[in-house]
Amino acid sequence: MSMRTLPLLFLNLGGEMLYILDQRLRAQNIPGDKARKVMNDIISTMFNQKFMEELFKPQELYSKKALRTVYDRLAHASIMRLNQASMDKLYDLMTMAFKYQVLLCPRPKDVLLVTLNHLDAIKGLIQDSPTILHQVDETFRQLTDIYGDLSAGEFQLIRQTLLIFFQDLHIRVSIFLKDKVQNSNGRFVLPVSGPVPWGTEVPGLIRTFNNKGKEVKKTEFKHGGSYVAALKEGSLELYGDRVLKLGTNMYSVNRPVETHMSAASKNLASRTQESIVPNPLAKEELNLLARLIGGMEIQKPSGPEPGFRLNLFTTDEEEEQAALTKPEELSYEVINIQATQDQQTNQELERIMGEFEITDQSRRSASKGDDWLAMMDEL
Amino acid sequence: MVAADSERPNASGVSELLESRLSAAFRAPGIDHLSPRMFRRERSIPLRGSAAALCNNLSVLQLPARNLTHFGVVHGPSAQLLSAAPEGVPLAQRQLHAKEGAGVSPPLITQIHWCVLPFRVLLVLTSHRGIQMYESDGSVMVYWHALDAGDASLVQAVFAQGIAASGHYVCVGTWSGRVLVFDIPTKGPNIVLSEELARHQTPISDIATEPAQGQDCMADTVTADDSGLLCVWRSGPKFKLLTQIPGFGVPCSSVQLWQGTVAAGYGNGQVRLYEASTGSIHVQIDAHARAICALDLAPEVGKLLSAAEDTFIHIWKLSRSPEDGCIEVEHCHGECVPDTQLCGARFCDPSGSSFAVTGYDLAEILRFSSM
Repeated sequence: MSMRTLPLLFLNLGGEMLYILDQRLRAQNIPGDKARKVMNDIISTMFNQKFMEELFKPQELYSKKALRTVYDRLAHASIMRLNQASMDKLYDLMTMAFKYQVLLCPRPKDVLLVTLNHLDAIKGLIQDSPTILHQVDETFRQLTDIYGDLSAGEFQLIRQTLLIFFQDLHIRVSIFLKDKVQNSNGRFVLPVSGPVPWGTEVPGLIRTFNNKGKEVKKTEFKHGGSYVAALKEGSLELYGDRVLKLGTNMYSVNRPVETHMSAASKNLASRTQESIVPNPLAKEELNLLARLIGGMEIQKPSGPEPGFRLNLFTTDEEEEQAALTKPEELSYEVINIQATQDQQTNQELERIMGEFEITDQSRRSASKGDDWLAMMDEL
Repeated sequence: MVAADSERPNASGVSELLESRLSAAFRAPGIDHLSPRMFRRERSIPLRGSAAALCNNLSVLQLPARNLTHFGVVHGPSAQLLSAAPEGVPLAQRQLHAKEGAGVSPPLITQIHWCVLPFRVLLVLTSHRGIQMYESDGSVMVYWHALDAGDASLVQAVFAQGIAASGHYVCVGTWSGRVLVFDIPTKGPNIVLSEELARHQTPISDIATEPAQGQDCMADTVTADDSGLLCVWRSGPKFKLLTQIPGFGVPCSSVQLWQGTVAAGYGNGQVRLYEASTGSIHVQIDAHARAICALDLAPEVGKLLSAAEDTFIHIWKLSRSPEDGCIEVEHCHGECVPDTQLCGARFCDPSGSSFAVTGYDLAEILRFSSM
C-alpha cells in the first residue's frame, strides 16, 4: 500500500540476517579472517551505492518469493555457502524477528528507530574498512532524508503495509519462546504495561470542556493496563540514543538459533496461496534487485582461500533432517535467475550491471565456475 | 512477565484471564481490577482467512427481523462475508475479491462496508483499483468505479478507503483526499457519480453519517483523513461544508456522528468529541495506549465503542448535560483481548448489549454480550 516500504523491509531483514550470520560464524569457530571477510563482503554488497539507489526508489513491495531471492544472493555474496535447509531457517528467523519488531513498535514512526538500531549494529560488525563504514553512513543519510519528515499518517500506512506482508507467519522461534515474547501458538505477546508511545498520554483521563473551551470537569476511569509516561523520544541523529531496544542484536554465542516449524494449520492455506498464484511480472521483480546483487558478486578465488559452508543448525545431521522433514508446502521455491538476455530487460539496469567493478582485482580467477563447496576443515 | 498458558481465553470471559495475568505479574499498588464484569465471551465465528491490519476492519449488518447478523472482514486480496444466527452459528459465507486491473501484484482490499439506504442495502468494497458495489448479500456486483491514478505522483499509493451512506448517497474516500459521492437509485445498477468533494489533502481514513437531526442540527456527514482533519458536511444534490476541525499531527482513523456530536479516534489513542456545528471540542479522552483502529455507535442508547491496537475495547456512554446541553462521557466497560492487535469492532444490536471484534492475524470474529 505504501510505496516507501521496501527500503525499511530490506534493511531491517538484512540487519537480522547479519546478526544471525555473525552468531553462527562465531559458534562454528570460523577463523577470524574468514569471518571478517564474509561479513565485510555481505555488508558492502548490501550497501552498494547503486543498489541503494534502486532500493530507495518509490515502488510496490516485492512478493515474498522475490524478496527471498534477494537474500539468497546476498548470503552468497562472499566465500560462504549455505544449504537450502540452513537458508530456509535463516530466512524464517529474519522474518519472525522483524515481524516481532514491527508489531511491538509503540508508534508507527518507531520502525525508523528500529532501522537505525540495525544500522548502528551493522557498523559495529564492519572491521577495518572505512569504505564500507562510509557506505552505511551514506545510507543512514538517505534514510533520514526520506523518512525523517514523513507524517504520522504515512508511517501508519507503512506499518500496515509491513503487517500485511507478515500476515499469517507464526513460526515459533526458540529464543522468543524462552524470553516469553512469543506464545507456544506462535503469537507474540503484546504487553499491556510499560511506557506509552511518544506522543500518547497514559490512558485513564476524561476531560470535559464547556462551550467556551474551558475545562470544567476531569474524571478518571480504569483502563486495565499498567502504563507509564514515555521518557523521551528516540534520536534520529547519526549518533544518538535511540531509546527503543527493538532492532538491537539479541543473539550471542551462547544463545542458539532454533526454529520449530508450526504444525500444519489452517493458516497454511493463505501462505501457499501466494506461491501458487502465477505472477506474470514476477521474473521482472526478481530480476531487478536480485540481478543487481548477482552482478556485484565478488569473485571467488579457487586458489589459496577456499570457501566454506555455514550451518544454521547445531550439527550436519540436524540440517539434513530438517531438509527431509520440512513439509513440501512450506519450503521456499527459489527461482534461479541467470543474468541472460531477457525481453523485458531494463536497458538502464544492463548499463548499471556492466559498470560494477570487482572490488579486489588481484583475486580475479579465470575459472570462475569451479565447484568450491568444499567444507572448511574443522579446527 | 508470565505468558498466557492457554491459547484461547475460556468461555467465562477474557477479563478473567487478564485479571489473573495482572495479579500474577504486577503486585504493584493502584492496579485495581476492571469494572465489574458486564460482558462475557460468546462463541467465536471462524474465518477462512485472518483479518488484515487495516482500520475499521469489521462491518456488521444487523437483520433482527430475520434473526440474522451479517459480518464482513477484509483478509487481503479477498474479503469474507458471512451470516450467523444469534448464537453465533455461521450459516452462510462468501468470499469477494478485488477486481483485477493493471499492476504488478494482486490488488488489496482496503475496506468492506454495508451501506443502509432508504430503499435498499448495498455492500461496498474499496481496493487499490477502485470501488465495487454489490447487492447486500454480495451475490451480484451492480457497479464498478475504477480509480483515476492520473494525479498520483510516483510516491503515492492509489486506493479508496472510507465508506458511508448518507440519505440516498454513498460517499467513498480516496488516497488523494477526494471524497466521491454516488447517487444511488432505489433499485438497479444505474448508479451515478454525483460529486467529488475536494477538501482533504491526505488520504481519507473514515466517513460517518447520521440521519439529519432537524433544523438545528444540519450536519449529517463527517469525513476524516490521515492528517487528523475532520470535515463536517450537510448532504444533498450539492454537499455543503459546514465546519472544519483541524488535526494535530496524528491520523484520525475512525469517526462517528451522534446527535450533532462528532466522535473521533486518533492514532495516539485519544478519543475526542466535538460539537459538529461549531467544531469546538467538548470531551477529550486518553482512552488507549496505542492507535485506535475502530469506533462504533449504538445510536438508540448513545453508546460508543472504541477498539485499539493496545488489545483493549472500551464502551462509553454519551449524554447531554442537563445544565448547558453540552456532551458528556462516562466510561462503562473495558475488555481486553490478550496479545491481539485489534483492527475492527462493531456493536451487534441496536441497544449496544453485544459487540464483535477482529484482530490482526486472527482467523475468527470474537463476540461479547452482556450478562
